[in-house]
Amino acid sequence: MNTPALDLELRDVIKRYGDHTAVNELSFAVPRGSFFSILGPSGCGKTTLLRMIAGFISPDSGDVYIGGVNMKNIAPNRRPVNMVFQQLALFPMMSVGENVAYGLARRGVARLEQKKKVADMLARVGLAGSENKPVDALSGGQRQRVAIARSLVLEPTLLLLDEPLGALDLKLREHMKLELKQLQAAFGTTFVYITHDQSEALVLSDRVAVMNNGRFEQIGSPQELYYAAATPFVASFVGANNRIDGVLKGIASGIGDVVTSTGVSFFAKISARASVGSTTQVFIRPESISLYRQQPSLSGQMSCYQGAVTSLLFDGANSSVLLQELTSGLEFRVALPQTGHLSDLKTGERVYFSFDPERALGYLAEPSTRV
Amino acid sequence: MSEPANRTQSRLLLALLLIPGVLWLVLLILLPHVDLAILSLKPHAGAGTQQLSLSQYGTFFEEPLYWHVFVRTALVSGLSTLLTLLVAFPIAWTIAKIAKERTRSYLFLACLIPFWISETVRTLGWMILLRESGVLPALLVKLGITNAPIEMLYHDATILIGLVYTSLLFMVVPLVSSLESLDNSLIEAAYDLGGKGLTVLRTIVLPHAAPGITAGCIVVFMMTLGNYLTPTLLGGKNSQWFTEQIYTQFITRFNWEQGAAFGFLLLSLSVAMVWAGLKVSGQQFADVMRRA
Repeated sequence: MNTPALDLELRDVIKRYGDHTAVNELSFAVPRGSFFSILGPSGCGKTTLLRMIAGFISPDSGDVYIGGVNMKNIAPNRRPVNMVFQQLALFPMMSVGENVAYGLARRGVARLEQKKKVADMLARVGLAGSENKPVDALSGGQRQRVAIARSLVLEPTLLLLDEPLGALDLKLREHMKLELKQLQAAFGTTFVYITHDQSEALVLSDRVAVMNNGRFEQIGSPQELYYAAATPFVASFVGANNRIDGVLKGIASGIGDVVTSTGVSFFAKISARASVGSTTQVFIRPESISLYRQQPSLSGQMSCYQGAVTSLLFDGANSSVLLQELTSGLEFRVALPQTGHLSDLKTGERVYFSFDPERALGYLAEPSTRV
Repeated sequence: MSEPANRTQSRLLLALLLIPGVLWLVLLILLPHVDLAILSLKPHAGAGTQQLSLSQYGTFFEEPLYWHVFVRTALVSGLSTLLTLLVAFPIAWTIAKIAKERTRSYLFLACLIPFWISETVRTLGWMILLRESGVLPALLVKLGITNAPIEMLYHDATILIGLVYTSLLFMVVPLVSSLESLDNSLIEAAYDLGGKGLTVLRTIVLPHAAPGITAGCIVVFMMTLGNYLTPTLLGGKNSQWFTEQIYTQFITRFNWEQGAAFGFLLLSLSVAMVWAGLKVSGQQFADVMRRA
């Protein structure tokens, strides 16, 4: 076979609630062994999508294939899919070992065999010997490992994860991100992960689908989403971005001149859909903007703008400043160079800034884009 | 205001708030029981001696009718509690897990409304439905199921129906609250891991609801054991309910000493059953009472 085996495939899946379409004609495929994330704001339909894959709700039309088998009319307890729930849903009335053995017992696996498998699985997730602990004696991270072990011990084709990091505090979340990635690599099981946290999606995934209003705006690698967003929604949802609204006045070799209502020109790489005269949104990342104290001499299409510092946002390596462009009054977030040579900027100070038009992206404005 | 003065004040307030409750307990519950306890240890009035003895309790064991009725009351109460649980569980499940927010309050109301009417009236209602010349026997004749109207009152089954009906709400309420606190994702997780309906019920739902079930069973059992009206009206002379024996001793025979002894026997039975129930289900009393 030249195409990799698909563990999950959706074809034209639709789910409506009344006149609200939660999932709108979605089709996508997830190759075996990959880490696939669905990233979207709350209410975008990602939970509905996940629950359709798990079998808790059935699509109005379209088909879900898992491991190549159509899952129509197959109940959740008979699908080769397991789910890690948002609050983990560990059984509080059972010990860690009983939790992990639950699925094995339902399959009628002999008691001795169960015991062996549970011990093996707990060892693999770094919880060897905790069979008899009650689940509420575990830390947040350990609980998550039990939830994953409980699912993976059944060797599912697909593991679904419903924002399992959402309830954890920041420090633990960072730590668990790493753990999840390592677990997925170690087991090689296909993970389908849903989240509203773009950083989780970017760090963990092989591929990410950005979902909005029941549709995928873009499916791609984290790098593609970040550097080559297909739509204004993706550009504004994934990572920090500065947005400039204007009208496209002209294009020369892919670089367009977008003029704001206050008459300031910004140059950006224009996507195919925008044409001269259309309302355009330009996105430029904070780290793509360069700051200068003195007016720099710039070549080619690099324009230079002047701004006043309105706030300093110090956050170690992620420090940035907020600038107000003098002519247009637009606010820009600009990342401070990590060398620290501009860390002594003061509020109110006048600075110069510029960016490479190749790294700014211009899109036909979409009225529905809300962020 | 200084800290100690504040504390004294709040202590005083607490004491004031507790006074009505304490008075109630001491004057209306504790004192009468102490009096009854002493009474039950006296020989029947007019016997001359005032020496305390266990002779009244002895009578209970010597007379087969008394302990026969006693055991019967306990068994029927147990059966009735079990039936109430079986009937109440699906109702509670519907209210807690299936119904939407609005329907839920209506369903609760539907369970509650019968309790706005006095128990006597409701029981008389059952009599109108079930007696030989009543609604249900007439309906059966009309439908051609029976040739002549049958007497549906005065059977053990009739008593059971009445008892289950009377105590249903007291089972539904603790069950609903314990089922509501069960996270739906636990049920889903159990399905997801391959569980089927009954397995999920046995492994997840029942263990979670155990304190609520125990609480409901204790309340219903005690209420049923001490019920006088329902067995008497629906069971007639055949009911042989222990509370009737107590009534007979106090009112008909005017043997207060014997009646008091019977009362204490019934009390110790219900304490023993509660204790046994907690032991069997492995629950803590305080935990269960919080649910009730």
